[in-house]
Amino acid sequence: MSKRIPKNFFPSETESYRKEQLKDTRVGLIIDGEKVWVPEGSTVLDAAREISKDIPTLCHHPKLSVSGSCRMCLVEVDQRGLQTSCSTIIQEDMVVHTETESVIAGRKQALKLLLSDHPLDCLTCEMAGNCKLQDYAYRYQVTGTEIEGRQRGYLDDDSNPFIYREFDKCINCTQCIRMCTEVQGIGALTVEGSGFFVKVTTEGDVPLQDSPCVFCGNCITVCPTGALTAKPSRGLARTWEREKTLTVCPYCGVGCAIYLETKNGRVVGVEPANGPANENLLCVKGRFGWDFIQHQDRLTDPLIRKDGELVPVSWEEAIRYTAKKLKEYDSEALGVLSSAKCTNEENYLLQKFTRMVLGTNNIDHCARLCHASTVAALAEVFGSAAMTNSIAEIEDAKAIFIIGSNTTESHPVIGLRVKAAVRKGAALVVADPRGIELARWAEELGDRGVWLRQRPGSDVALLNGLLHVLIRDNLIDEAFVAERTEGFNEVRELVKEYTPERTARITGIPEEKLVKAAHLYGEAETASILYAMGITQHTTGTDNVAAIANLAMATGNLGKENAGVNALRGQNNVQGSSDMAALPNLLPGYRKVSDPTARKQFADAWGLEDLPSEEGLTVVKMMEAAHAGVIKAMFIMGENPMVSDPDTNHVREALNNLDFLVVSDIFLTETAMLADVVLPSASFAEREGTFTNTERRIQLIRKAIEPVGNSKSDWEIISDLAKAMGYDFAYENPKEIMLEIASLVPAYAGVRYQDLGTQGLQWPVPYEGHPGTNYLHRDGFARGKGLFKAIDFIPPVEEPDENYPLVLTTGRILYHYHTGSMSRRVEALDWLVKEGYIEIHPERAKELGVTDGELVKVSSRRGEIVTRARVVDVTDRDTVFMPFHFAEAAANVLTHRELDPKAKIPEFKVSAVRVEKVE
Amino acid sequence: MIDSPLALRNITRNIDKIDPESIEEYLKTDGYEALKKTLTMKPKEIVSIIRDSGLRGRGGAGYPTGLKWYFAANTQSDAKYVICNADEGEPGTFKDRILMEGDPFSLIEALTIAGYAIGSNKGYIYIRDEYRLSIRRLQNAIEKAQQSGYLGLNILGSGFDFDLEISIGAGSYVCGEETALFESLEGKRGEPRIKPPYPTESGLFGKPTVINNVETLVNIPLIVNRGADWFKEIGTECSPGTKIFTLSGDVARPGAIELPLGTTLRELIYEVAGGISSEEKLKMIQLGGAAGHCLSPDYLDISLDFDSLAVKGLSLGSGAILVLDESRSIIKTAYSLAKFFCHESCGQCTPCREGTLQQKEILGRILSKKSSEKDLELLERLSVSMVQTSLCPLGQTASLGISSAIKHFKEEFLSYSERGI
Repeated sequence: MSKRIPKNFFPSETESYRKEQLKDTRVGLIIDGEKVWVPEGSTVLDAAREISKDIPTLCHHPKLSVSGSCRMCLVEVDQRGLQTSCSTIIQEDMVVHTETESVIAGRKQALKLLLSDHPLDCLTCEMAGNCKLQDYAYRYQVTGTEIEGRQRGYLDDDSNPFIYREFDKCINCTQCIRMCTEVQGIGALTVEGSGFFVKVTTEGDVPLQDSPCVFCGNCITVCPTGALTAKPSRGLARTWEREKTLTVCPYCGVGCAIYLETKNGRVVGVEPANGPANENLLCVKGRFGWDFIQHQDRLTDPLIRKDGELVPVSWEEAIRYTAKKLKEYDSEALGVLSSAKCTNEENYLLQKFTRMVLGTNNIDHCARLCHASTVAALAEVFGSAAMTNSIAEIEDAKAIFIIGSNTTESHPVIGLRVKAAVRKGAALVVADPRGIELARWAEELGDRGVWLRQRPGSDVALLNGLLHVLIRDNLIDEAFVAERTEGFNEVRELVKEYTPERTARITGIPEEKLVKAAHLYGEAETASILYAMGITQHTTGTDNVAAIANLAMATGNLGKENAGVNALRGQNNVQGSSDMAALPNLLPGYRKVSDPTARKQFADAWGLEDLPSEEGLTVVKMMEAAHAGVIKAMFIMGENPMVSDPDTNHVREALNNLDFLVVSDIFLTETAMLADVVLPSASFAEREGTFTNTERRIQLIRKAIEPVGNSKSDWEIISDLAKAMGYDFAYENPKEIMLEIASLVPAYAGVRYQDLGTQGLQWPVPYEGHPGTNYLHRDGFARGKGLFKAIDFIPPVEEPDENYPLVLTTGRILYHYHTGSMSRRVEALDWLVKEGYIEIHPERAKELGVTDGELVKVSSRRGEIVTRARVVDVTDRDTVFMPFHFAEAAANVLTHRELDPKAKIPEFKVSAVRVEKVE
Repeated sequence: MIDSPLALRNITRNIDKIDPESIEEYLKTDGYEALKKTLTMKPKEIVSIIRDSGLRGRGGAGYPTGLKWYFAANTQSDAKYVICNADEGEPGTFKDRILMEGDPFSLIEALTIAGYAIGSNKGYIYIRDEYRLSIRRLQNAIEKAQQSGYLGLNILGSGFDFDLEISIGAGSYVCGEETALFESLEGKRGEPRIKPPYPTESGLFGKPTVINNVETLVNIPLIVNRGADWFKEIGTECSPGTKIFTLSGDVARPGAIELPLGTTLRELIYEVAGGISSEEKLKMIQLGGAAGHCLSPDYLDISLDFDSLAVKGLSLGSGAILVLDESRSIIKTAYSLAKFFCHESCGQCTPCREGTLQQKEILGRILSKKSSEKDLELLERLSVSMVQTSLCPLGQTASLGISSAIKHFKEEFLSYSERGI
């Protein structure tokens, strides 16, 4: 992946000039005899579309710079003759005709010319039916045989499994180039050659996989012809045969809207939809990561372990057996793991099942492993534990401070918002120990960017150091601090110690960079902080988050648009599963289980006397309790702790030590293999419900195909189990469950399926008909006043020593997802990144005598694994990085179980390891 | 230079007369007097003089130079640029080369005056790579001017700073188009921009820019020294001044000559160039380079000035005159024009990318006598759409030579077509 800002990324002179011309004042002109008023500086095309004039375009795209090259959008302007409407700026009283004889002749001629060298293989062309060239040919009755032409004769490129390129179908509209450059910020595509033989391809015409391409497929979306198509979908269905179901991508927390395309009950592809988070953009996983859905490995029938073997049984038997077994244990011997992959309704139901039927608060889920510290810290200092602002707002922030988030790989479509902000002129500060893409961008931005390469685990010192400079240089929003917050004086006192000089010593960041970063952040009118697991997955995770909140409050960057403290949540529904309280200490809506009023309210609603009042066990503690024999039976819905949790060897022992383990999942995961009962679950494509994305947006997922085999949605499984255990969970559908949620969770009070439409709703939605909330804390913090917390730096638990001299940090990569159960079953993704690896700095590699691609043994105090070395200049020489997706080279064999004392999140980001060459 | 009693030696006054590498010799022929005078005046006054002179661009379009300067001078900006377009790529044109090789200091003085007039401190000379001697002489002239205080900081103690840089093109014809030239200068692929914005508002690096042709610029020191009225006395009322014409083809004395605008084609061919070089009769004149019209001898008495030509839908172009006698094939000539444009199209917009190939293919068919009746009609329709709908002047003019050839020599085309059927 290229890490440079592509050439031509920033608006061209012409584009900037055009933007400057755009004014609020309206100017009137006449189009086909009709007077229309549009903002001064608009183009004729904008004006014409305002009154629904259907002007054909092949190279125009509202998100991209103007090209003006296809010449299809011709109109006739009095006194000026034929003009391209996409590039002609309107003038007062201009008289425009959109379909005169010469306009039509010009368009026809352009079409004839384009078709003169176009392969007329519409019979088998993938895009037939969805091809603009074809549509316009029909509209203007151009057959393509008018002009005897010749084809350029370029060979197709089918060398990668994502994007199929048919160069002879390319009409050189350059939308793909502009998309790749201006929006995706990659710049893999360019024009090679000149004249008739121009070829839109990579620089040097190399295969895409040898270029900076990240296979987002956004070029396919804008291609007006069949030149670029999604290879996995080729030959599966004609465009008109594809049934489109609007739903939400099942991967990360961005919550991109997608159309799942099906034919005769089979998924045949994904197209982006115009959702609020993604606006028709997708990343490689969203676009191409769908073939896990009907993969041959899908579980089709319930399995029960008989004589050591998992054998298929009927649902009746599986439910009866599971219910009987679960009833055998005391409440305190039972543990439940819920799933951020499942819907809000299912998470709600599973926690209800746990508290009501099993009688315990021992329920937790993977939020523990990602943003437990966010939930703990933000609930305390703001009173509401979520991303404060909206994804779309990131684009308009004047400064963006990213800390501990590899945004373009972990939340790729949010990464595009960051790039859009940079394109609009925002300052960019990136704090990350690794030279990730945006870190390099920040460096390249010169005056308005800086990369802070902190030592892993030194974030509190860094954040305090920045606050020190903000105070020293009078960049504090004193009015905001005085009116809206409390506790600043103690913080002011504490950060006095964090002079640039001392901060530099702790973090390893040069003083001048600290000062520059503080000024870029502090001087911006609106500044947005984005953070993720680099902040939260530490034993000081809660402290880290609170220190971030300090910075934002001190500069008044809360309660307003385009600013905020923006926790980027990892899973598609991790916000929702937290909201629904698949958590051991909380009831839905973040009410404490220790609060009798809260318990009473839920008990009343559920027809019980009371609910268990003692806080339950968290993920890691649950595993320890299982290891110790205290927890005897577990129900795990859609989680894979064998790969996701720290210290894998310990997890295996713990799960093996259980009397009874039930796992519901779509695949026989590493965890399910250890189970006594495996329940086949329906995938997101086969169920209904809602996901809440990272910006608190509750969105509908819709059923596109029938469940695979005999699999069932988890809400059905839970309901059946509850019934078998004597409780009346009589829900007809997820919609009914949502009504119950709305009646109990104030932030969801106004959520009704019929109002979710294509845009969803951002919580809080306090009443039915409420439009949702795009940013939090507008008029005051949820807790009243924002709370500053004075936080001192504490070093990470495990620091490198003689035996384990390197710091291992773990994370996600663009092409895979979590424990790999989905993404590694996607053929194309697997082709691109087949196995795990460890990133080693070239100098360190030389010292170790290791070359790129060689096998190395990585060991920590917990265990050892063998994996392949990737010798790259990404981490510094004292740090190594491993993605955590690969069970056979599981990074978590190496990580430790030390927890943040408040949030109980493990420190995945800092472990001490040793790397050795395998002889 | 062709020797002729009709010739004037205004802008070519120093050519072959002084050592082009010697600033001393340049200074002896009134060199830098214009700049000295300029620096005593207000920028506005300089702009007024140029406007009053009626000087029009010699690069092809004939746009009033003073107006360009006026617009650029009145656009507020933290930076402005002056560019000399020395990317002389029009086939048969070599006037700029003669000026740069023979009198480089005049050009540099002119650019410095232009910089002062519009408020720019930085100029570029964008020149084609093949002009090695011009590049060397300009580079030498810039260095000498810098050493003598005519370029650089605080020029002649006036407080005005101005410097020049030479930028070398990479052989693309379309980079002679001003906006493609900006792209190339900025280090991008040399493709034309959509206009507006015009260069005087948003040109190089988005800043107000004056871009003038070499020949246009070398008029400046003369006008400043001798006054607008002097200049207006030469040439015609709407096209004052002289023009360098470059004659090639079947004439007895091919070469370059400076003549007042308004000279007729007949005078040029028969008096200056000594008529047709062979026994054959005159057959065709192409006016203004590859993008110019192909004319029959009926046009011999047309006056070569901007307006007389515009009335007839013609253009002076770069001042290149190609003369062909009866032994030449119009079809072959048209085919070679088509080949040229097909090669030079950048490929950005549909009509030009596809149209220039079609022209070449069709003319190829005609030439090999394999054409159908429809082909001529197709060529004409192509021409209309290329003229009307291409993005930049290259595409808009790439068919003119061919369509005018068909118009004036239809018989010849028909005879080829008929024989082909």
